[in-house]
Amino acid sequence: MEKWDKKHILEIKEFDREEIETVLSLATSFKEISQRDVKKVPALRGKTILNLFFENSTRTRTSFELAAKRLSADVVNFSASSSSLTKGETIIDTIKTLQAYHPDILIVRINSSASLSTLAKYTQASIINAGDGKNEHPTQALLDMFTVKEAKGTLEGLNVLIVGDVFHSRVARSNIFGFSKFGSKVTVCAPPTLVPYEFEKIGAKISYDLDDAIKKADVIIMLRVQTERQESSFFPSLREYVDKFALTPQRFKNAKKEAIVLHPGPINWDAEISSSLKEEVHPLILKQAENGLAIRMAALYLVGTRKRAL
Amino acid sequence: MTFSEEKIVLSSQDIKRILYRLSHQVLEKTPNLEKIVLLGIQTRGAHLACRIQKIIKEIEGSQLPLGVLDITLYRDDLTAIGPSPLVKETKINFDINGKVVVLIDDVLFTGRTIRAALDEIMDFGRPERVELLVLVDRGHRELPIRADFVGKNIPTAENESVEVRLQESDAKDEAVIARAE
Repeated sequence: MEKWDKKHILEIKEFDREEIETVLSLATSFKEISQRDVKKVPALRGKTILNLFFENSTRTRTSFELAAKRLSADVVNFSASSSSLTKGETIIDTIKTLQAYHPDILIVRINSSASLSTLAKYTQASIINAGDGKNEHPTQALLDMFTVKEAKGTLEGLNVLIVGDVFHSRVARSNIFGFSKFGSKVTVCAPPTLVPYEFEKIGAKISYDLDDAIKKADVIIMLRVQTERQESSFFPSLREYVDKFALTPQRFKNAKKEAIVLHPGPINWDAEISSSLKEEVHPLILKQAENGLAIRMAALYLVGTRKRAL
Repeated sequence: MTFSEEKIVLSSQDIKRILYRLSHQVLEKTPNLEKIVLLGIQTRGAHLACRIQKIIKEIEGSQLPLGVLDITLYRDDLTAIGPSPLVKETKINFDINGKVVVLIDDVLFTGRTIRAALDEIMDFGRPERVELLVLVDRGHRELPIRADFVGKNIPTAENESVEVRLQESDAKDEAVIARAE
């Protein structure tokens, strides 16, 4: 039988392999629902889900919202720009106030790490992490793993290369934890200023040379150059970054023939990936978005149908 | 609950004969084959549906559309049973509008699974008719639901359970009654 006893989905770090497999196998079934004419099942009927985005997001929020609606839950969106946070209310007070509405699941994106488990103390709802600062983005890693499993047939023994701004990337951290649990090796590749040594401690290899690292990769995850997070300069110029760390047709030629390319989106064409590779790599990246919806339905289903302790 | 004292109520030969009879009954009721589609409920209903498709092909020479239905997401006890049950594949690659849907399951008991299946079918379209085919009807209905084609009526006590085993999932064909201790 499938394994699941989590109330919250906060970090891939705390998942074990069977739990990841449970989510992935459910997502396979949930994918079919989105292909139906009536794209709705009654699994979470009567449940209230709050989308709490203290930091901007369009696709993750939309994807969670659609996932919740396809499971028949009631969803309310709450975003920081229009919230009482701008009027000075603390996040904890906001959570306490929202608890008064008896939500069943809170989907939270927040810009600081290490606070979701604290927030969990102020609500009886399940919390799903939709990205917490530089820490983790568990559903993104799950959908990446799902996409890789679909494309490669396995998650074991792969060489996964993550290229770009890993320092600011919760996606990178979640993927390192996730892929490592299946015995795949993760290498991160970026300018030294964007790769803290900490990444070696969580099990990744570090490379500063994309031309070398790309040769062995089965899976290449390109990260977005996060200009909004560059509090100070991490590389001299975008041109120099592109020169050394962008995926170009020349570099891609040195990769294995069957290597696949993923990107969490949104893509800046000609920054991290050359637009001349669009035809080749874009279809799978769009598939990630489709898979993301199924993964989020699986995540909501798992925490939403847990037997409630009365 | 642990079960002991298994009693075999249908042998593999019985099951084979029953499936032939039921297939003939389905055809007798709807002679226009083009109208009929088969839908098996995961997992043993799906296996039975597959066998009935083969038998009808043998008898009539034509292959009826076959789909599988997983009713988990339509259950009425989804948040009461926990942990979240596994959701298997639902696959209906054809239009059910205006068709005669033959819904197939192994055991008919409370009727709650069938209620869920009916709701799910309606989300896929508006069939002309839905007919229910079961290998075993063990009674104890909790909803106003009945089967159109019944392999065998097996009266049971509440503390008994009827288990159908099929080659495809259990390595042998039989139906047994077990009593809870």
